[in-house]
Amino acid sequence: MSTKGLVRRFGSNAAVDGVDLAVRAGEIYGFLGPNGAGKTTLIRMLCTLLRPSGGHALVAGHDVVERPQEVRLRIGVALQEAALDDRQSGRELLALQGRLYGLRAREVRRRVSEVLDLVAIGDAIDRRIGTYSGGMKRRLDLAAALVHNPEVLFLDEPTTGLDPESRARVWAEVRRLNRQLGITIFLTTQYLEEADTLADRVGIISQGRLVAEGTPEQLKRTVGHDLIVADVDGDDAEVLDRIRRMDGVSGVTTDRGTVTVTSPDAAAALSGVATALEHSPLRVRSIVLRMPTLDDVFLEMTGSHIELEEAGR
Amino acid sequence: MSSIVVAGEIRAREAGFLRDLCTVAGRALRQIPREPMAVLPAVFVPAFFYMTNIGALQNLAQGSLEFSYKAFLLPMAIAFAVTGMSRAPILVTDVQSGYFDRLCMTPIRRVALLLGLMVADVVVIVALCVPVLVIGYAVGVRFATGAPGVLAFVGFSAIWGLVFTGFPYAVALKTASPAAVNASFVVFFPLFFLSDAIAPKQALTGWFSTIATYNPVTYLLGALRSLIATGWQASALLEGLAALAGIGAVSMTLALLALRGRVKQGG
Repeated sequence: MSTKGLVRRFGSNAAVDGVDLAVRAGEIYGFLGPNGAGKTTLIRMLCTLLRPSGGHALVAGHDVVERPQEVRLRIGVALQEAALDDRQSGRELLALQGRLYGLRAREVRRRVSEVLDLVAIGDAIDRRIGTYSGGMKRRLDLAAALVHNPEVLFLDEPTTGLDPESRARVWAEVRRLNRQLGITIFLTTQYLEEADTLADRVGIISQGRLVAEGTPEQLKRTVGHDLIVADVDGDDAEVLDRIRRMDGVSGVTTDRGTVTVTSPDAAAALSGVATALEHSPLRVRSIVLRMPTLDDVFLEMTGSHIELEEAGR
Repeated sequence: MSSIVVAGEIRAREAGFLRDLCTVAGRALRQIPREPMAVLPAVFVPAFFYMTNIGALQNLAQGSLEFSYKAFLLPMAIAFAVTGMSRAPILVTDVQSGYFDRLCMTPIRRVALLLGLMVADVVVIVALCVPVLVIGYAVGVRFATGAPGVLAFVGFSAIWGLVFTGFPYAVALKTASPAAVNASFVVFFPLFFLSDAIAPKQALTGWFSTIATYNPVTYLLGALRSLIATGWQASALLEGLAALAGIGAVSMTLALLALRGRVKQGG
């Protein structure tokens, strides 16, 4: 799967603005970004629901505009909101999905039976979907996306709104689908932990643009070093300049009460940074030493934390 | 959550137009016994109108008719039963819930998404003709064309019902609004009440008579009445078919354009 200069405009606003991607067969690719960054718009283009305003996209080797039918035969999709028909039973929905993908009656019965294990909702499979809980609907949605054995599976924020236990089950299943069946998985997420845990490679999107791409470890290395993170009250440019000039400190950023210091040897630099902060007008609420996270990568690339972008909405 | 069994050799393929059509129609038909209130008013309302109009107007209108007013009014009752009987509200729900998008991501032929629902509508419409015909029979209406005429009557009614569904489907696909779909039924009122639906054409006067003369529904009702009252009358049947073709050309064009607008990758 690949995109080249992919653009989607809504009026004068470019929701996706020149994205180049290359996803290898059999990998889990995580697309990370806050709400409104362009993740869903991109996935809708790749699933043939939305025509790009510019650029090209190939999915399973076929152009999404020139040969959408070939793409549709090879993809399974679970969109952000479980797209189900509440008036059908779970079994009816899965069977109908199978028939639309050309499966014969015997094949439909077999595949429905197989994905029923995945759905894991027991006798409720013969109840109307309108009676299902949110978690059951998400699992049924995933099963519907798999009933025809797709080569590429698109998951748009697959665990948004799920409790931690359901989230862990979905993660385990996504990993298993990828490793056992070799399905290429393209998932969008706003959860750093999800991208970090699941994805072989991660693309970070902000305001419609791909700002970074690589394995989680590669991306974290772009931040450079370990981090000293202090939550402080107040503002003092002078102490930040003093810290920036310290030996062993390679960078200092501040964002809404959080001072982040990068250092090739953060353990050695910690005491000096702590002392400098202690003797400044700032009131230090906490100070910790930690490894970089994808949020630090997002901060490095965009100038703000992904969680703060979320909270600001 | 346990692991699924791998079924590697089963791969997706295009199902074919006919199978797409049957799949969509089958799903729509399965819903009907689960939501009987979507259909039952279409039996009670025309039965009520039929009986009350006979009671109120029979003596008044009978003078200008050469046959029974009960027979004259039966096509109106059928039209009331079958007009607007569509799965358009289901389509609206599908669009709103995102299920329509899920269907669009499958290899289904786009036109089957609409025509499959229309196939289901025709099945329902034919079924709705039965109780109205039974009521007509019970009050003494007999067909001059016999059993084949009854079948032709049902056929005309089914085509009319199908033709009219184009309007609510066009609105459903264009707006995805339940209120707008319900409002689309207002097309029915000028088409029917500015025709000779309730009073015979000879009894109409002035501007109303002029409008009724140019209203295609007048010719549809004329064709239906001819099957009951006058036997196989080619001119009346051809005029009725031409009227259906004219209204159908408009409604189906609107519905197909709305479908194209909804499924095009324009978002």
